[in-house]
Amino acid sequence: MLYFSKIRISLICLFTIIFTIFALSNFTNFGKNIFKKKINLGLDLQGGSYLLLEIDNKPVIEQKLQNTLLVLRKYFKKKDVKYQNLKIRKKQFIVFDINFDEVKKTKDLFTDENSDINPYYNQFKSHQFDLEIENNTFKLEFSKYGLIQIKNSSLDQALEIVRRRIDEVGTNEPNIVKRGNNRILVELPGLDDPMRIKNLLGKTANLTFRFIVKNTEETFGVETLFFEDESEKVLVSKRIVISGENLIDSQPSMDNQTNQTVVTFNLDRVGAKRFGKATKTGIGKRLAIVLDGKIVSAPVIQSAILGGSGQIRGKFTFQSATDLALLLRSGALPAPLNIIEERTVGPGLGQDSIDAGIFALLIGFLLVIIFMFFKYRILGLIANVTLIFNLFLLLGILTLFEATLTLPGIAGIILTVGMAVDANVLIFERIKEESNNEKNKIIAFDRGYTKSKTAVIDANITTLIAAIILFLMGSGPIKGFSITLGVGIFTTLFSVYFIARLLTSIYVSKNKANEGSI
Amino acid sequence: MEKINISFNRYYKLFNLVSLFLIVSSLLLLSFKGLNYGVDFKGGTIIELRTNDNSLTISKLRQSFTRMNLGDISVKEFGKANDYLVKVEKKEDNNINFTSEIKQKLEESVGPVFNFRRVESVGPKVSTELLRSGIIAIVLSLAAMLFYIWIRFEWQFSLGAILAVFHDVVITLGFFSLFNLEINLSIVAAVLTIVGYSMNDTVVIFDRVRENLNKFSDIKIFDLTNISINETLSRTIITSITTLLALLSIYFFGGEVLKGFSLAMILGVIFGTYSSIYIANPVLVYLRVSQKTIIKEDKN
Repeated sequence: MLYFSKIRISLICLFTIIFTIFALSNFTNFGKNIFKKKINLGLDLQGGSYLLLEIDNKPVIEQKLQNTLLVLRKYFKKKDVKYQNLKIRKKQFIVFDINFDEVKKTKDLFTDENSDINPYYNQFKSHQFDLEIENNTFKLEFSKYGLIQIKNSSLDQALEIVRRRIDEVGTNEPNIVKRGNNRILVELPGLDDPMRIKNLLGKTANLTFRFIVKNTEETFGVETLFFEDESEKVLVSKRIVISGENLIDSQPSMDNQTNQTVVTFNLDRVGAKRFGKATKTGIGKRLAIVLDGKIVSAPVIQSAILGGSGQIRGKFTFQSATDLALLLRSGALPAPLNIIEERTVGPGLGQDSIDAGIFALLIGFLLVIIFMFFKYRILGLIANVTLIFNLFLLLGILTLFEATLTLPGIAGIILTVGMAVDANVLIFERIKEESNNEKNKIIAFDRGYTKSKTAVIDANITTLIAAIILFLMGSGPIKGFSITLGVGIFTTLFSVYFIARLLTSIYVSKNKANEGSI
Repeated sequence: MEKINISFNRYYKLFNLVSLFLIVSSLLLLSFKGLNYGVDFKGGTIIELRTNDNSLTISKLRQSFTRMNLGDISVKEFGKANDYLVKVEKKEDNNINFTSEIKQKLEESVGPVFNFRRVESVGPKVSTELLRSGIIAIVLSLAAMLFYIWIRFEWQFSLGAILAVFHDVVITLGFFSLFNLEINLSIVAAVLTIVGYSMNDTVVIFDRVRENLNKFSDIKIFDLTNISINETLSRTIITSITTLLALLSIYFFGGEVLKGFSLAMILGVIFGTYSSIYIANPVLVYLRVSQKTIIKEDKN
């Protein structure tokens, strides 16, 4: 166990030196030109905000059911099917009745793979809807795959919009990713007050322009809406003149005449045409500008607006106008987003945590080193040198993979320092035992290494198992802990079996004559 | 060099009774008093705040929070003199402005002297999921350890090791319940690491027990375990000391956030070291492990 070939020695040295350089490149300018990687600091160390958003898909499903209702009506007309009581129940499924003699024919229409109402069949080998028939009543409910399809597409859309909104605010390297089939994870490093982002993400930003009607009671195609400040409620037509989709740009600006902050917008060709037509025929009427179900303002149309641009007045501050313009530019979310988890750390606390972590690491390191030296003297020195290189290897690997270091991650490094000497202790204790029976030092050392091997590996594998499970199950900062703990085990084994063994073999061969005890 | 020889085996029965008592009381505590779950597992909001008003007292701060009618709240000092940790149990659903409203009200009643250093807010759905995945992680780690040691050793050894680990986890959690210490995500990480550490400690002694079983056919397991414990004793002690040195420096210097984690680990290391000697080894004695046990297994 103690013999090393020259090639092996140089390989060990090379490996150790490379990773030491990697590790040191985090703290100095040394080697910066050739090696650009760095350990990332987690949000808990550099400060920042972590937000977990969940899409509320209910409105999307409802909307899809509404659309399906229209499709069904057309389809039944085309195929000449007589139906009754076609409606949505409990916002979850569609029901309708069919004449008894046509039940079979209708059923065949639904099970036909090539029919228009089964657009997902080829993709999923499943129908978009599950069909239940009781007597002559048909019940259509979204199938498992139908729902997955809806969720995935609304998640993709929402992700895009969230990304656009956050990019518009211009934060530093945001990380925006999907989680599961209805969640979005947003990490915003360096942001200590996520208030504005939260406000921006909390709005669906569904914008519509609709006429206010003069009726006195709610009828079909008309609904009651409140103004934003809840000062007034009016009846608004459900017919949409133009919507947010027609907008191509939107900016906050100052109205020269009234000195008010307004939001100006430009429409696409279709929107401009429709807007022009509506304003031409609707002179004297009030046009409500509805955002997320509340009326922002409802100006009286003075003249036809044909240029395809206009402005929204309201009780805006400059900030709120900027935000509204931003929301309109980046588009509407397919469904509302709820913030279900938030973790924000200010930069002050982050820096304090780094300082405390590094201080604890230094103290822990010193204590272990002093203890080991007093316990084992020369071999203790070997263990300590090994420990230092172990630390460099650990940091070097974290740097190479640009891993994220969190506060629990620093705790993992400190714990590694405490537990890493275990392998050396196991070996040294074994060498001691073997020296009692074997006077030849080289043989005693060799046996010490050989016989302790299974115990060392067993002992490290148990910790590795714990680290792997933590890595799989944990999130955020805890994952950082599992990474340093797990990587620490590999660097410990390497440093003990290569660096420490090499140093031991040098020490033993230099002291062949010396028969003193360890 | 003198050999250490302590008769650990004379006290197997005594310490088994002590452990039994500790486990039963821990289980009773866990089932009747329960654990003090933090926001990670119960949902709610915590705010770590710092004030630059030295005259502000904790009771005044508590009063201002009580006036906000936020339901169950707790305000406590956190590390340095002007740092406080505020915990709000119930979170208003979907109110994005929750924390900024709190800050506004606080500044209205006390003055603009606050800096919110950390805000963590966990909804009920997420906290339920985190709790579930925490429990799964612990169970999974125990199962994985059992599996590993079952491959490496005979079933008698697996049983001993798993009982020892179970002992450590239950008593550590019992301690947290008794002193009403908060259980959060980092405690789960600590428990998993304890599982790994305790197993590590046990495996090293077991490794020696097996080696000695091969070597001596005439020594009874009762004495054989004692020999093995003594032979590995200095390693057991040194490793515990270095690990504890590292953990103590995290506890005292690593900041408030890591206090709970390092405390759990310190307890785990102490119990883990104790249980490798007084739980894992007596189990081998009770199960009458002998040279035949390992030879029979080897033939298979």
